[in-house]
Amino acid sequence: MLLFLLIVTAFAIAYTKDLFAVVMLAGIYGLLSASFFVALDAVDVAFTEAAVGAGISPLLMLATLGLTGRFQTQTKSRFYLLGFALVVLVGALLMIGTADMPAFGSVDAPAQQHVAPRYIEKSYEEIAIPNVVTSVLASYRGFDTLGEVAVIFTAGLGVLSLLSISRKEEEKEGGVASMYEHTILRIVSKILIPAMLIFALYVQFHGEYGPGGGFQAGVIFAAAIILYSILFGLDVAKRVVNESVLQILAALGLLLYGSVGVVTMLSGKNFLDYNALAEDPGTGQHIGIIVIELGVGITVAAVMILIFFAFSRRMDREGGA
Amino acid sequence: MLAHLPILQVILPFLAAPICLILRKPKLAWLFALIVSAAALAVSGLLLQQVYAGGVISYELGGWAPPWGIEYRIDLLNAYVLLVVSSLATIVLLGAHTSVQKEIEAHKQTWFYSLYLLCFAGLLGIVATGDAFNVFVFLEISSLSTYALIALGRDRRALWAAYQYLIMGTIGATFILIGIGFLYMMTGTLNMNDLAMRIDAVESTTTVLAAFGFIVVGTSLKLALFPLHLWLPNAYTYAPSMVTAFIAATATKVAVYVLIRFLFTIFGESYSFGRHPLAEILIPLAIIGLLSASTVSISQPLIKRMLAYSSVAQIGYIVLGIGMGSALGLTASLLHVFNHAMMKGGLFLALAAVTYRMGGSEIGHMRGLARTMPLTFWAFVLGGLSLIGVPLTVGFVSKWYLILAAIELGWWPIVIVVLVGSLLAVLYVGRVVETGWFGEPEKPGRNEAPPSLLIPLWILIAANFYFGIDTRLTIGVAENAAAWLMGGGSGL
Repeated sequence: MLLFLLIVTAFAIAYTKDLFAVVMLAGIYGLLSASFFVALDAVDVAFTEAAVGAGISPLLMLATLGLTGRFQTQTKSRFYLLGFALVVLVGALLMIGTADMPAFGSVDAPAQQHVAPRYIEKSYEEIAIPNVVTSVLASYRGFDTLGEVAVIFTAGLGVLSLLSISRKEEEKEGGVASMYEHTILRIVSKILIPAMLIFALYVQFHGEYGPGGGFQAGVIFAAAIILYSILFGLDVAKRVVNESVLQILAALGLLLYGSVGVVTMLSGKNFLDYNALAEDPGTGQHIGIIVIELGVGITVAAVMILIFFAFSRRMDREGGA
Repeated sequence: MLAHLPILQVILPFLAAPICLILRKPKLAWLFALIVSAAALAVSGLLLQQVYAGGVISYELGGWAPPWGIEYRIDLLNAYVLLVVSSLATIVLLGAHTSVQKEIEAHKQTWFYSLYLLCFAGLLGIVATGDAFNVFVFLEISSLSTYALIALGRDRRALWAAYQYLIMGTIGATFILIGIGFLYMMTGTLNMNDLAMRIDAVESTTTVLAAFGFIVVGTSLKLALFPLHLWLPNAYTYAPSMVTAFIAATATKVAVYVLIRFLFTIFGESYSFGRHPLAEILIPLAIIGLLSASTVSISQPLIKRMLAYSSVAQIGYIVLGIGMGSALGLTASLLHVFNHAMMKGGLFLALAAVTYRMGGSEIGHMRGLARTMPLTFWAFVLGGLSLIGVPLTVGFVSKWYLILAAIELGWWPIVIVVLVGSLLAVLYVGRVVETGWFGEPEKPGRNEAPPSLLIPLWILIAANFYFGIDTRLTIGVAENAAAWLMGGGSGL
């Protein structure tokens, strides 16, 4: 059923010309895939998908729409048929790929037999936290996660360098449209925003026990700030979090993560071997994971807010919104 | 600290990138980036030496033994590619400050260095790792930063070029990811060595075949194999000069490495070439790409675009060697990875110098260059000779090996193709040289590029000749690495 809804939404996205509706549908798609992941018992993935697919990315897409306008211009492409043929070809290859796939949910599947059992059986003993997903992401494959944080950091820098305007032009910036007049929105959000911030912190520090962690927390935190700046205007928001501070924060988050690795290296163990952080391996792992998750959260939140600021500043300059 | 060399290789530029952002002052950021990349170069030199002396080095990240944790695994092949990437990155960076000052807006310059280091670290990460998923993560870092670096070009068309590359590159990366996903599904592991061992049992399944297809197509997109090269000419043409010099010398080479690694180490030579008609697909594409791109480049008014098409042609030579599926062919490819990095790095740096003084790199800007910028002009001529493949240059060495490999297989038409390709190179390089020598300069009088650009340029040009004459290092490493890859390439 969920899968069917997913497919319908995907088709709707491809056919709709109203970009505003497309963004909303994309949000729905995100939410549906999140539910789908829950049905597959992958709560951590679902949480991330909900925060990113249904939360922050529609928000950023809306900000983009403010720049580009709501409707798609008609373009006739000569490559329409070629594109269609390629899509069919890739789809067929994917189908072929599934032919010899191990049966869904099968216990004998190689993915369940080789590496994964150790994560499930030994991770509590080795890392001493109950959430296996966090153990894999933050410790067994912690270096991948460091790389992912760098991907976010790079994306932020990329958006900045594309959308930035020089300091001189920045001074000319006019007044910022805010939605301050909407009383209901204002009151509701005033109640909502502190709750969101606290929830973000909860997700941040509770990742070892339940689903969650730095990525999701960072995104939720950023969403709260973005909501605030939409309602009360960019200028007010910028008084709270300045843009150059954000850049430094984004860099510091990544550095914080990396420095854990450097510290473990200096104390004689391998890069990111948290056992070096304390006498007792369990404690060491715990400290390591908390610190790197904090790094993740800081970078993710800072980059998301930066991207939004870059978009909306551009919007002010173009006089749109 | 010696035990940590594999991770230091990647982590030095990786962590230097955010520090660059904090430093804020462009000059300071440049100096810092330069020092760090020189350190990374030293590390890669040491690594190659260690691998030569003591064999494969394995480094367990997080202290977790593979396949549970991520492993860095340095063998002769990737030690060699690491050296290529870090030496080119450092040499290009040497001249970056001068060129960037002129070509990139002041408030974006610090970001340039940060992105440059991220791209550098991403490329090194792809090469150093022994984990298939980790390849994808670092591929994302290097790709994203490359898109942003290209978009920094002043020309508005740089944005469009970056966007084109973003779409194509993302498709390529996604294909690689799907392929890795399929492999994980069939083997339950992501570690390359482990994959290589476990893949034999499932190699007759269509899922592994689909993984093979996705990975080959995905990497071919990234390395710009004809007809998947369409993103490359625009990207190289409109990117800032230093970015072009850097990515032309390194990014496609790393994609070639990924292809070789998957074909020979993970799938194994007998699967890639014995079971599937890979040679029959790769070789015609390489030949068509080589000849058509060389022909197209003859008539390009923009010299940067001309060299970009020439790069597509050079990729043709490299893939040709891989497609032969023999040790000698692979040796030729590996040689050309290094050699082409040196020639294209040098030639694009020469164009950076021309752009610095003349404000552009169209054929018109080259007029009378022999009188106005003689040192730059002669560097271009010598680099061009290497591109053509004149004896005593590195270009000759790799083409010679390619011809030897073709003769060994008795494929005479390939020999002719290589010779025709060289003749076409004579035409397109010759046209620029002719304009530079006989053309009337717009403003007479010497107007040589500053030493900060000439020094890195001449280092690379000199390297083109040094390694053309003293081939012990390059041929020694390439031959050993090729032989080792053909012998299964996994294990110790």
